[in-house]
Amino acid sequence: MAHWIFQDEHHMFRKAVRKFIEKEIIPNVEKWEREEEVPRSLYERMGELGYLGIKFPEKYGGSDSDIITEAVLIEEMAKCGSGGVAAAIGAHTGIAMTNIWKYGSEEQKQNYLVPGIKGEKISALAITEPSGGSDVSAIKTTAKKSGSHYILNGSKTFITNGVNADYVIVAAKTREEPVHRNISLFIVETDWEGFSAGKKLKKLGWHASDTGELFFDEVKVPEENLIGREHEGFLYIMENFQFERLSMALGCVGLGELAIETAKKYSQERIQFNRPLSKFQVLRHKMVDMAVDLEKARNITYRALYLYNKGEDVVTEATMAKVYATEMIRRVTDQALQIHGGNGYMMEYDVQRFWRDARIQSIGGGTTQIMNEILTKRLGIIS
Amino acid sequence: MPYEPYLTEEHDQLRATIQKFVEKEISPYVDEWEAAGEFPRNLFERMGELGFLGFHYPESVGGQGGDYFTKLVLAEELNKCGCGGVPMAIAVQTDMATPPIYKFGNADQHERFLTPAIRGEKIAAIGITETNNGSDVQGIQTRARRDGDEWVINGTKTFITNGTKADFVILVTRTSDEPGADGISLFLVDTDTPGFSVGKKLDKVGMRSSDTAELIFDQVRVPNENLLGEEGKGFYQIMWQLQGERMIGAAGAIGGADFAYEQALNYARNRIAFEQPISRFQVISHLLAEMKTEMEVCRELTYATAYRFSKGEVPAKEISMTKLSAVQMAHWVADRALQIHGGHGYMAEYPIERNWRDSRLPRIGGGTDEIMKEIIAKQMEI
Repeated sequence: MAHWIFQDEHHMFRKAVRKFIEKEIIPNVEKWEREEEVPRSLYERMGELGYLGIKFPEKYGGSDSDIITEAVLIEEMAKCGSGGVAAAIGAHTGIAMTNIWKYGSEEQKQNYLVPGIKGEKISALAITEPSGGSDVSAIKTTAKKSGSHYILNGSKTFITNGVNADYVIVAAKTREEPVHRNISLFIVETDWEGFSAGKKLKKLGWHASDTGELFFDEVKVPEENLIGREHEGFLYIMENFQFERLSMALGCVGLGELAIETAKKYSQERIQFNRPLSKFQVLRHKMVDMAVDLEKARNITYRALYLYNKGEDVVTEATMAKVYATEMIRRVTDQALQIHGGNGYMMEYDVQRFWRDARIQSIGGGTTQIMNEILTKRLGIIS
Repeated sequence: MPYEPYLTEEHDQLRATIQKFVEKEISPYVDEWEAAGEFPRNLFERMGELGFLGFHYPESVGGQGGDYFTKLVLAEELNKCGCGGVPMAIAVQTDMATPPIYKFGNADQHERFLTPAIRGEKIAAIGITETNNGSDVQGIQTRARRDGDEWVINGTKTFITNGTKADFVILVTRTSDEPGADGISLFLVDTDTPGFSVGKKLDKVGMRSSDTAELIFDQVRVPNENLLGEEGKGFYQIMWQLQGERMIGAAGAIGGADFAYEQALNYARNRIAFEQPISRFQVISHLLAEMKTEMEVCRELTYATAYRFSKGEVPAKEISMTKLSAVQMAHWVADRALQIHGGHGYMAEYPIERNWRDSRLPRIGGGTDEIMKEIIAKQMEI
């Protein structure tokens, strides 16, 4: 029996998503990994199926479902076996558009959320800069008010969907002081003058997702494109981190399942010393260790999901889920590769991709060390 | 706020009541009992009087009629008393020896054994392990042979918790010469039956306040009314019993870890080195965060599994995963907590060295880590 957090409607939804992924994503993974991006048609198709607007209100084209339904999508997307594909979709629906849904004006919702949910426009969220990632207060991009516009100057890096996005939600400083009350979020369309995206960045993993460097040179942003209130961007970013971290943990749970299944299957088929690898006790116990690790990550993640869905403060639980699940996936994918022996090191086998893709999880969305810093404060270890 | 959706306000109130009892009637005596290698019988009586030994049993047999989680709360709180021995002995009474009587016993057996055990008037032990067989239950050699209306039992059991003081033992015996699972049966054996004797009290690394003994059965005659459940079904009955034992072992590990963590946190905040509390050193503060994360992970896994178990499901894979991870966590947390204490952690003056010794046993008892993994591997169909 599955975990109690999922009801019948979630199981049915999972079945449908799984079918879609098996038919329309998995066969294309190798190609998209090579091309270092997913095609626009994937967004359109997923928009058509309603997968980009699960948690968004119906009046903007969403399905108004709960976060648990969205969690099912995140888990299943991870099981397509390409972290890049999952990241491209997740950055659009979970990370970028959520800001417009939560803090945006009606006009912004009509102009950006609606086409985003349809998959007609691709979005990205741009916070990190060469000068600061987790240390959001260290960003240098500025937005200076000039009449009814803001003038943006600066650069961003490590931006998922950065090269292909139609609009980017950009964090910029709108004043020098006070710290944490000086950042604002803007929606910037990528065909505006002064905006440019550098080359796709070459990465260890997540090959199917384009990652870009963005440059803002005197970009004129109309004041209607300020999201929410001026200077409140830092708070919005911090609030959204909870869902981002939770969704990363969910993705790790999904990939963990796939990695264990893949290792198990390989161990049952691969014959050495006249018997399948799965008959060797150390390998069996290795797979058990992986499964226990996954189960632990799954449970703390579902705890955070349960509380988040109830609308409670989940900073502690989401942080614990993020740190545990992302460290779990490093161990689990590494051991899955080990079970594959030399074959695991070959590009012909998918397990190497799981392993490469897993490595970013304990860095992106706040490193493990940043998570522990947060916990030391939340748990009152350091007052 | 209660830990939803598993625990309610009532569980929190119950927890507070148990805490008060532990603080007043157990913790002050732990050092003394550890030194003595046992604790007095009247603790059972006292806990029976308070209803603590029958939280989850129906009122018809003398219990409180509480839900399954009331037992978890008890196990957690007892394990914060400052030692593992006392809670282990109580858990044998409440969650290892008596559940098979309730589940497989008849009304007469309930009256003679279960109800007095719930009242704390009779102390129970469970005899599975022998010198040559622990987890490999099918191989046990204690033999019960039918003789008219009686059974004659011969054999030796070892590592038996409550063994020196038990009034009766749930005894696992072989009742057939055919090897395999189907030749095992359970008996309720009164320890004042002629032929029963306690071999020796065993000396242990930890869990010292709980007595552990070798039990000898020499031509012990037991009436047929003391056969528990059906003849030949003992193996399956014990496999069922072990599920509950493992769940409560996990809950105990959570409580023990809570205790160790609190000790470590408190020590780290107050211990000054290099002119600042050691909790301000990043490696110590991150270590504490990692300990707490590992604890919360295991807590949720334990509760989520207990939730299924409480609804009548027996998710053997998840139960083994829960037991394995919780007891590993508790021993790791104890070890790290000891490390944070530095040299003081190694001294008997601080309670952490005892927590470290005591937390070692659950990785062996109730099925070793390795046995848990074998069970999980089978369930995963690897």
